[in-house]
Amino acid sequence: MSDLVSQNVNMIFKSPKGETVHALKDISFTLKKGELLTVLGPSGCGKTTLLNIAAGFLRPTSGIITLNDKEIDGPGVERGMVFQQGALFEWLTVAENVNFGLRMKKEDPVKTAQKVEEWLDIVGLKGFGNTPTYQLSGGMQQRVALARCLINNPDLILMDEPLGALDALTREKMQSLVLKIWKETGKTIILITHSVEEALLLGERVYVMAPRPGRIHKEYKLPFANMGLNEDLREIKNNEEFVSKREEILSMIWDMEEEIMGKES
Amino acid sequence: MITGIITFLVIFAVIGSILYGQRLAKTEKSDAVFGNPERAKGGVHWVIVGTSFLLLSWLYYSWDIAKAFYPKSANELCQVAKVNESLLSLKYLFPIEERHHKSTALIKRENINIQKKITIIQNSTDLKDKDKELFVKLLKKTQRTIPLLTDEKLLENETKDKIRDLTNRITWLTEDFQKISYPPIKSVEEENKRIEELKKQLGWGATGMEVPPLPESKRGLKFHTAAQELNKISDEFFSLRNHNPEYLKLLKEIREEIKKYKDSLDDSQELEITFIKEIKKLGQRIEYESVFPPNALDEMEKSIREFDVAQKSEQGNLIYIDALLFPAGTIVASGPTCAEDGPGRWLPKPSDTFRIFGDLLKPSVGFKMIPMIWYEMMGVNRIVGFILPDWIADVMPGKYPVHSADGTVKPNFKSKVLDVVTGEFKAFKIPVPTGHIWDSFLRVFLGLTLGIIFGVPLGLFMGLNRFAKGFFDPLVELYRPVPPLAWAPLVITVFGIDNLGKVFLLFMVSFSIMIISARAGASGTQLSKIHAAHSLGASRWQILREVIFPNSLPEILTGVRVAVGMCWGTLVAAEFLAGTSGIGFVENVARKYMQYEVIWITIFVMGMLGLLFDVTIRKIIDKTIPWRGKG
Repeated sequence: MSDLVSQNVNMIFKSPKGETVHALKDISFTLKKGELLTVLGPSGCGKTTLLNIAAGFLRPTSGIITLNDKEIDGPGVERGMVFQQGALFEWLTVAENVNFGLRMKKEDPVKTAQKVEEWLDIVGLKGFGNTPTYQLSGGMQQRVALARCLINNPDLILMDEPLGALDALTREKMQSLVLKIWKETGKTIILITHSVEEALLLGERVYVMAPRPGRIHKEYKLPFANMGLNEDLREIKNNEEFVSKREEILSMIWDMEEEIMGKES
Repeated sequence: MITGIITFLVIFAVIGSILYGQRLAKTEKSDAVFGNPERAKGGVHWVIVGTSFLLLSWLYYSWDIAKAFYPKSANELCQVAKVNESLLSLKYLFPIEERHHKSTALIKRENINIQKKITIIQNSTDLKDKDKELFVKLLKKTQRTIPLLTDEKLLENETKDKIRDLTNRITWLTEDFQKISYPPIKSVEEENKRIEELKKQLGWGATGMEVPPLPESKRGLKFHTAAQELNKISDEFFSLRNHNPEYLKLLKEIREEIKKYKDSLDDSQELEITFIKEIKKLGQRIEYESVFPPNALDEMEKSIREFDVAQKSEQGNLIYIDALLFPAGTIVASGPTCAEDGPGRWLPKPSDTFRIFGDLLKPSVGFKMIPMIWYEMMGVNRIVGFILPDWIADVMPGKYPVHSADGTVKPNFKSKVLDVVTGEFKAFKIPVPTGHIWDSFLRVFLGLTLGIIFGVPLGLFMGLNRFAKGFFDPLVELYRPVPPLAWAPLVITVFGIDNLGKVFLLFMVSFSIMIISARAGASGTQLSKIHAAHSLGASRWQILREVIFPNSLPEILTGVRVAVGMCWGTLVAAEFLAGTSGIGFVENVARKYMQYEVIWITIFVMGMLGLLFDVTIRKIIDKTIPWRGKG
């Protein structure tokens, strides 16, 4: 029941000069509750547009996208979003940032404080509650963003390249965290990334998108995310199947990129 | 005393730093930024820097150095100035300060004047030939009076005696002047009177008294007495007329001829009347000028030269004090008062400035009956009456009481409310600040606060809403580019010269600045933050209050900082234009009365207040938006 269903979603942008850009074409998919979907693709393939439509920041030109049988029109609490740069509110402390959603709902501050503590513990920021966010490192900021989104208990979590700006080591830790949270909370997650490795590691399902017009090029169902819950991520990366899938997708994206370059020149 | 110590310290510090700098220049290998070691060598620039610094501090502190080390010098120089003033007119008779004898110069000038007049008359086309002839004849006669004045043989014995007498008096004065016993002690009564007046005299630099004029020292008294004697001699000499019978006879003849001619004229002959009057005037000028035979005053010239030499040597170290410690001017006497002359007049003399500053700060003195900053006790009722609008009483139910037949008025509820809102009740008093500085501060504060209260919401609105931007932008941009001072005359005329006009002007200044900064802040909010807040369930109003407003704070506070500076500048100029209080008002009044020290003080106070505003806002900025530049 609690599925994300996209039916023939089209998105056409009009530039001020009058040119039209077909950002998304006939996107149809169904995401069951508790699935983790990663979306991969060269730049300009409409990954972020898709996410913004799912979040409700954009209205599709045509087609319909529903969550729990309800049409998405406008942003809502049931769909949490994690941004690439964290998009934290610098003027608030870590705890206040995490608490933001609950405060907007005017929940009892005593209860929320307890909840905030719990979530800070889950994302590994225990004791950082009173720290100003601008003093945090990039990885910690993303943990705050994650906690801020999850505390609202959304049905669907949308992640827009959340680990893109992190260094390799932090990134790996965060990947484990995402997997842990996914498993523990059983949330539906859509994660956009430009890293093939990340997409394979985290994605139960992976969509590779192609540009101009933006469309789903290929779909994979992968076991690595479930493996990652128990095994070391680095070992998975050396897995034969993983390596061959990675090379396959990489060459696919390379071809697409080259096609774009060819069109432009 | 303190100035003395400071002076020595400054000199030591400057010399010390020059020496230290020279040592550094030798040891330091190279400078990180201005890395050329050649440039740091030599120490020539240290000499230049040190000398300029010494010259500057000398210029500023010389007045105080003189005060500290030679407390009597200004008073004594004042007495010297009196002597110079008395001596000046006598000196001008001889080629001492001038090139010619005064008689020579006068004769030369009058001959030229008469010759010019003759030419004009002869070339005139309007005059009749008969009149021309007469005029030239009269002028020639007038010219002939000059040799009668300069003929040694015609000089009367009486005049000779008088000249000799005055010459002797100057010679005696020169002799006496150099004696230690000069001036002779007068009667006990007069001496007591002098001492009594001296006690009443205010010190050097006291308010309204730049240099005390009555002599305070023995040397000063000497010059003062000599100046008085010289004044008498000079007066007597210049009342002396070298009119011998021959001259008077010719003068009478000329006058009679002029009178006869004038009587023959009627009122319509204006041209002739003008000419004859000018001819008469030429004669009169010669009559009243001190023209003497060439060698008649030789003895007198010698005596005056001797006195001048004597008085200069009697001045002693005063000459050096004058040159060194009054570098930008000297002390001159005019009538009974003495004052500094020259550009040094407007230099801020440190000790005088500090003392006047202290005076101005005294609540009992202040400036124009208003203290600079102090407090006054104000009843709470007046504050309540000021804050609560009077119409509160009007909207209360019932009617205001009407007086009764027995001539009394019975208060009812409505009238009691009116008493409260107009502040007519008894209440305890609390201290509130008052004074020029407070007035200026309050105006800036009110103008700024109003600008923030109205400007920030409107600016945010304009930053978020395209319609608001389109609607308000032209309105704001119409008045904003006009310099605020250009609005001042209009605003002050409409809203009055008192606080309202100024506060409104400052409101106009801060309003536009706040709009622009708040708008920039609002439109600069990252979309991802708004999206994040949106997906966290915040409503539009919540996003505005919780995300856009705090996110715009850095821009808004920077705007406040700019607005404070602008308001402060505008206020001072507005206070120049009109008003009865405020720091700009003080400066403007001080300018009218040439109170240089007060002007310097107001400049200093304004600088300090501006700095205080800026530092406060910087502190607020650091406290409220610590994330600025780190996000």
